[in-house]
Amino acid sequence: MHWIIAPVILPALLAPILAFVMRHDIVLARSFSIAGTVALAAIATGLTITAAGGETLVYELGNWPAPFGIVLVLDRLSAAMVLLTAVLGLVVVLYAAGSGWDRRGHHFHALFQFQLMGIFGAFLTGDTFNLFVFFEVLLIASYGLMIHGGGKARLRAGLQYVIMNLAGSTLFLFALGTIYATTGTLNIADLSLRLQEIPADDAALARVAAALLLVVFAVKAALFPVQFWLSGTYANAPGPVAALFAVMTKVGAYAILRFYTVIFAPGNEVTGTLPGDVLTVMALVTVALGALGVLGTRRLMPLIAFSVLTSVGTLMLAVAGFTPEATVAALYYIVHSTLATALLFLVADLVVAQRGPAQDRLEQAPPIAQNGLLAALFFAGAIAMAGMPPLSGFLGKLLVLDALGDSDGRTVVIWATILIGSLVTIVGFARAGSVVFWKSTALDRPEPEEDAPPAPRAPGTALSGIGAMLVLLVATTALAGPMTAYFEGAAEQLYDPSDYVRAVLARAGEGGE
Amino acid sequence: MELIVAGAVGVLTAAGVYLVLRLRSFPVILGLTLLSYAVNVFLFSSGRLATALPPVLSKYATDYSDPLPQALVLTAIVIAFGMTAVLVMLSLGAFLESDDDRVDIPGEDRMEERP
Repeated sequence: MHWIIAPVILPALLAPILAFVMRHDIVLARSFSIAGTVALAAIATGLTITAAGGETLVYELGNWPAPFGIVLVLDRLSAAMVLLTAVLGLVVVLYAAGSGWDRRGHHFHALFQFQLMGIFGAFLTGDTFNLFVFFEVLLIASYGLMIHGGGKARLRAGLQYVIMNLAGSTLFLFALGTIYATTGTLNIADLSLRLQEIPADDAALARVAAALLLVVFAVKAALFPVQFWLSGTYANAPGPVAALFAVMTKVGAYAILRFYTVIFAPGNEVTGTLPGDVLTVMALVTVALGALGVLGTRRLMPLIAFSVLTSVGTLMLAVAGFTPEATVAALYYIVHSTLATALLFLVADLVVAQRGPAQDRLEQAPPIAQNGLLAALFFAGAIAMAGMPPLSGFLGKLLVLDALGDSDGRTVVIWATILIGSLVTIVGFARAGSVVFWKSTALDRPEPEEDAPPAPRAPGTALSGIGAMLVLLVATTALAGPMTAYFEGAAEQLYDPSDYVRAVLARAGEGGE
Repeated sequence: MELIVAGAVGVLTAAGVYLVLRLRSFPVILGLTLLSYAVNVFLFSSGRLATALPPVLSKYATDYSDPLPQALVLTAIVIAFGMTAVLVMLSLGAFLESDDDRVDIPGEDRMEERP
């Protein structure tokens, strides 16, 4: 199964070509970048169909058997995340080319491909240090994308983003060093075995490493108290980049799911219920903070960024349940919230482009050229984000609430927080939508001057990207049944990692000859 | 030797954390560099401290030091080096754009026009 490495290799080869050969020809760069992303989406679909069979497939890099060599592992969870990223990437690259964002700075497509490579690698790798390396790959590409187009506010927000993540990376290395010192391995499957028979003396150190890792992944997933980078970054990033970043917080959620089920299984002797307990509190505060931000902000982009914070909190509440049912809900919510976030950022980007001097401030301004169309799209995105029927946000939140319905005394707090958070999000979006789209119709459009260029209208390619995103959201809603069935299989693999361990360590005994 | 190495990691980390919490970008970059030094030394010691033991196969060796942490440190050094370079360029860009090397964003800047 050499296809497992294709999602990493293809962008890794394409990006340097884009950067060095096609740097002066935007049309060529666009076509190659889009073609590459289409190929990636096709490969990811194939991988997901393969993984749906339930077998855990392992790719040994350089044919070195684990735990000595680095392995890539394809199971249901990693395949689903790769597919989600590839589909999101395809829509975003179409939008970026259609809206002309990729021309406002250098090397958009090269950085974009590197970003995809890092995300795919992080989802596929079966080695913790390799995960660190792929985190750095995706981060260094995201630094470039974040400040794409330049400008004062964007550079300052980008600086904060970089500093926050560099501190997180340092912490990651400390955690990995501690893990290696106590267990003598960095392979995920091998760690899963070694931690079951860890001597009591070393258990405390391993627990320290587990807690440090939790902080690192919380930085990636943007959980309180390390969520402060998110609102500034998302609000100041270019629209398509913010849409692509929708999957970045999910990398943190994925890592938490992988580490605290396969390595530190729930209720094991090293960590016990610590990760779930701590995560629940962090996620509850995150939901509340996001809701407050949605109400408090005076701009459209930060409003969406804060609603992302609410959805991250809801997602992490489901993750923190650490039961198969809660994990199924979390996985469905990951798909939904990635698509809904991306849709909202793309629509908001078009709105900001057409509003001109009013930018994304929530204040009355003359109506934009395509007021009705963009208002309808924003409405759909807001419905999905806030979790109202008929779109997938409603189903996702219902699954989360249902899965967390019998968590003892916590249920009341969790339900109340999620439901009140949703209500506040609805209020925030309703206020923003009515100010930006509705109240503006009370004003007259300014009379165009004789030789003035016509008001900017959204290019068809950009709109078709948004349309594709909306179709995906509707498909997520309509196909909720098959999707949850697939995720049940994924959760089963996570909570019974024996297949995973066996597949990865199948050739572990051969090392001696 | 354990005491010296542990002390070095501790002092580097403490100084690094102090500098990262400063308000200006230059001390923050220095702080992150110190932190990456600290983590490199820490990674070395995660393979147990030993002197005069070869990490690769040797005819004359009776015992070996762990080669893996050395490979990890090498990777970490390269990555930290690249990241520091990016960070220096980015903070320089932010400084030139806004005539100000503060890491936080002053309130009046948040409502400004963006391109």
